[in-house]
Amino acid sequence: MVGHALERIARHDPTLHAFLHVAGEEALDAARRWDDRYARGGDALPPLAGLPVALKDNLCAQGMPTTAGSRILAGWMPPYDATVVARLREAGAVLIGKTNLDEFAMGSSTENSAFGPTRNPWDPSRVPGGSSGGSAAAVAAGFVPAALGSDTGGSIRQPAGFCGVVGLKPTYGRVSRYGLIAFASSLDQIGPLTRTVADAALLLRVLAGRDPRDATSVELPAPELVGEGAGGVRGMKIGLPGEALGEGLQPDVRAAVEEAAAVLRGQGATLVNVALPSLAYALPVYYLIATSEASTNLARYDGVRYGLRVGGGDLYQMYAQTRGQGFGAEVKRRIMLGTYALSAGFYEGFFLKAQRVRTLIRRDFEAAFTAADLLLLPTSPTVPFTLGEKTDDPLQMYLADVYTIPVNLAGLPAVSVPCGFAGGLPIGMQLIGRAFAEGALLQAARTYERATEWWTRRPAAWS
Amino acid sequence: MSERGLEVVIGLEIHVQLQTRTKMFCACPAGFGAPPNTQVCPVCLGLPGSLPVLNARAVELGLRTAAALECTVHPQSRFHRKNYYYPDLPKNYQITQYRYKIHPPLASDGILEIPGAGEGPRRIRVRRVHLEEDTARLVHPERGGGAGYSLVDFNRSGVPLMEIVTEPDLRAPEEARVFLTRLRAVLQATEVSTGRMEEGSLRCDANVSLRPPGGEAGLRTEVKNMNSLRSVERALAYEAARQQAQLERGEPVVQETRHWDERREVTFASRVKEEAQDYRYFPEPDLVPVVVSEAAWAEVRRTLPELPEARRRRYVEAYGLPPHDAGLVTSSHAMAAFFEETVRRHPQPRTVSNWLVGQVAGYLNAQGQELEDTALTPALLADLLDLIARGTISARTAKELLPEMLRSGRPPAELIREGGLGQISDPGALGAVIDAVVAAHPGPAADYRRGRDAALTFLMGQIMKQTRGRANPEVTARLLRERLRP
Repeated sequence: MVGHALERIARHDPTLHAFLHVAGEEALDAARRWDDRYARGGDALPPLAGLPVALKDNLCAQGMPTTAGSRILAGWMPPYDATVVARLREAGAVLIGKTNLDEFAMGSSTENSAFGPTRNPWDPSRVPGGSSGGSAAAVAAGFVPAALGSDTGGSIRQPAGFCGVVGLKPTYGRVSRYGLIAFASSLDQIGPLTRTVADAALLLRVLAGRDPRDATSVELPAPELVGEGAGGVRGMKIGLPGEALGEGLQPDVRAAVEEAAAVLRGQGATLVNVALPSLAYALPVYYLIATSEASTNLARYDGVRYGLRVGGGDLYQMYAQTRGQGFGAEVKRRIMLGTYALSAGFYEGFFLKAQRVRTLIRRDFEAAFTAADLLLLPTSPTVPFTLGEKTDDPLQMYLADVYTIPVNLAGLPAVSVPCGFAGGLPIGMQLIGRAFAEGALLQAARTYERATEWWTRRPAAWS
Repeated sequence: MSERGLEVVIGLEIHVQLQTRTKMFCACPAGFGAPPNTQVCPVCLGLPGSLPVLNARAVELGLRTAAALECTVHPQSRFHRKNYYYPDLPKNYQITQYRYKIHPPLASDGILEIPGAGEGPRRIRVRRVHLEEDTARLVHPERGGGAGYSLVDFNRSGVPLMEIVTEPDLRAPEEARVFLTRLRAVLQATEVSTGRMEEGSLRCDANVSLRPPGGEAGLRTEVKNMNSLRSVERALAYEAARQQAQLERGEPVVQETRHWDERREVTFASRVKEEAQDYRYFPEPDLVPVVVSEAAWAEVRRTLPELPEARRRRYVEAYGLPPHDAGLVTSSHAMAAFFEETVRRHPQPRTVSNWLVGQVAGYLNAQGQELEDTALTPALLADLLDLIARGTISARTAKELLPEMLRSGRPPAELIREGGLGQISDPGALGAVIDAVVAAHPGPAADYRRGRDAALTFLMGQIMKQTRGRANPEVTARLLRERLRP
């Protein structure tokens, strides 16, 4: 499997640019060791033994450079494994390499990578989404059966939707963030991108659980995914928020999501209408909270201890030159926005008010979940756009995450599942669950997946 | 109070390194003195992806302090990020509980009593107690010579710190020193901190201003860089006098930060221009709130060890020590523990206290040392006092032996043997000396015989001189009287 993966990467990645680093030798060595153990028989193999997995390049793995897609960290080798990386290794996964991303996970198209964009396997003139675009493309192109991503405002689900794969953002606190290069600490969450819901569930079981190194991780057993659609969606109430199916939504996407709702009803679910009145505020709230946290999370990249240093002049000139040359435009834009929102005189009006509205959004979801067990929304309002289409208009780019961002603000679990195509481009639907109810969420997603054939489609050019 | 009737107003801001095994937010050892950058990990180096996890022991020590200072504890407090750029701060933000006026610290509104000059104790109010992480230590090679670089030792980065801020209740530089001494004893008794100023485990900044009695305080200066109890008193005395002189010249006091120069014994204004820093405080999203339950707080108070003030009163009541001496014996936890252990071995509390307050304290002051820096142990001091009590050596000889024992920790019996310092009680040996002295001073001998008792004292002195103080005074006096009997 590992050999096959490396071969496909060597052949196709020059076009797609899903990877920033491929650990070919190390991966083959690890694979051989698993083969030997398998041949010898004896002790039971761990759940992911020999399975090739790719890591988004904002996850620290000892022995692999970690850049977070930024020039400021070019060549930096972390001296430690992220908790999720250690758990993958322990479960037998073979780490194939590091995938491309928007710089510090700030973006929705992977065009903000300092090392060049990734292309969508379904149409290389289009973006794979972002910021986990490299991971989504690597799974969609059949390079690896699974990859890890991180999701701060949709960065797993949106690229999963754009690339026609499954992307799971677990509940905040479900998976340890230790070793994930922080973008916005109160929103970041690591999760898997896979071809099927069952694979996502398998990965989640490996990744989930309390970590003494992350104070925000929780002690709860990871859900066991039931077998072939067992349990199904019979008796489940699935809520459709009217706010999410209105203006700005591409008609093909709406049609696909409505059809998905019908499929779920056909499987025994009840459809109910729910309201999320504060949804409209999610985007501005997100861009205040995420940028505020990012402005201080990224303060450590100063040229003093690691990464890029642009010297000359005094200490403050070094800071300014290093950060001036090390960060890209979008990262600088967000640092400035966040610095402003936290500044004296603006804190109450911006950061604090955003926190209050965040609470309202959370309550909206709680209210919706009194009427429904799960919510169904599109993952993105459109199908993948072309490279360069939105790079000059940050606000248009931000709108790509309008359906995914509220979920991070509320800390809820959500999964994007392929639900159709428009003009040969994949459409994703998003199921959102109650906090720590990944079990029900994945059960419904699995039931839907088995009732349709969208997940079996592969981009022709890469098969 | 100064001569023009202006009153000195002092408030202290004290940073205490907590005596935890590990750092505030990671498992690195928090100890002092290891080679540079050997007690570090991704967390305290601020590496990308690392996360802080709160040391529960640090919270416990904070609560103990709060209990000892009779503070109000807040059921929930939060850590914040204080954002500023400096190379000793690896994340370029400090994780601290202090968020001005918006969020409660771990504890607030406490009291520490100190001995007053006259009518009863003085109650100094404590404004707040909060937790934060220490910064790394910067080393500037060849300062002034311009090495062109500085080195950073991250061993101190993330060491647990507690900040204690008083209200401006102190009225004299000496009072500030007494308060700090008292506070240090409390921190030691509760095993919160070693309280060693020279190692930086206790640091003190002070706000100083002058005001007419009962009037409004003038503008204050902040004095930093005071590295010992003594320098706190000296620096504040200098600063108060400087402000007074400035006001007398008709110049206003400027609100500024001033540094104490230990060598020149002056305070000087920082060269760095102070601009209003915007620290952009906001709640630290990587940590959950610190929750102190009613039960946990009750447990901390229940298990609090005896505090120095209670101990001082006990020494006065149970051992009959003079209040002033009891205060000195309890001024550090090490001294009090030393006292009790010595008394256990040599059950004469007043004698033990006299020696500690007199000879031992005198030596420590002269050497600028703490008791725990010396080689003296309670067993050794008890041995020495036993030897005096048994008459083996005189008190005078014991005083001569003590410095060597403090330095080397050698047993007194050994020093006596070596130096031939044992007391001479043998009548034969003493008789020979007495004969010689009486023969050499026929005048005083005759005076005594004529009834002048003072002459005996002179002759005793001569005998002591001959024996270098080793003659047993009682035996000698008896033999001398017999020898002079007409």
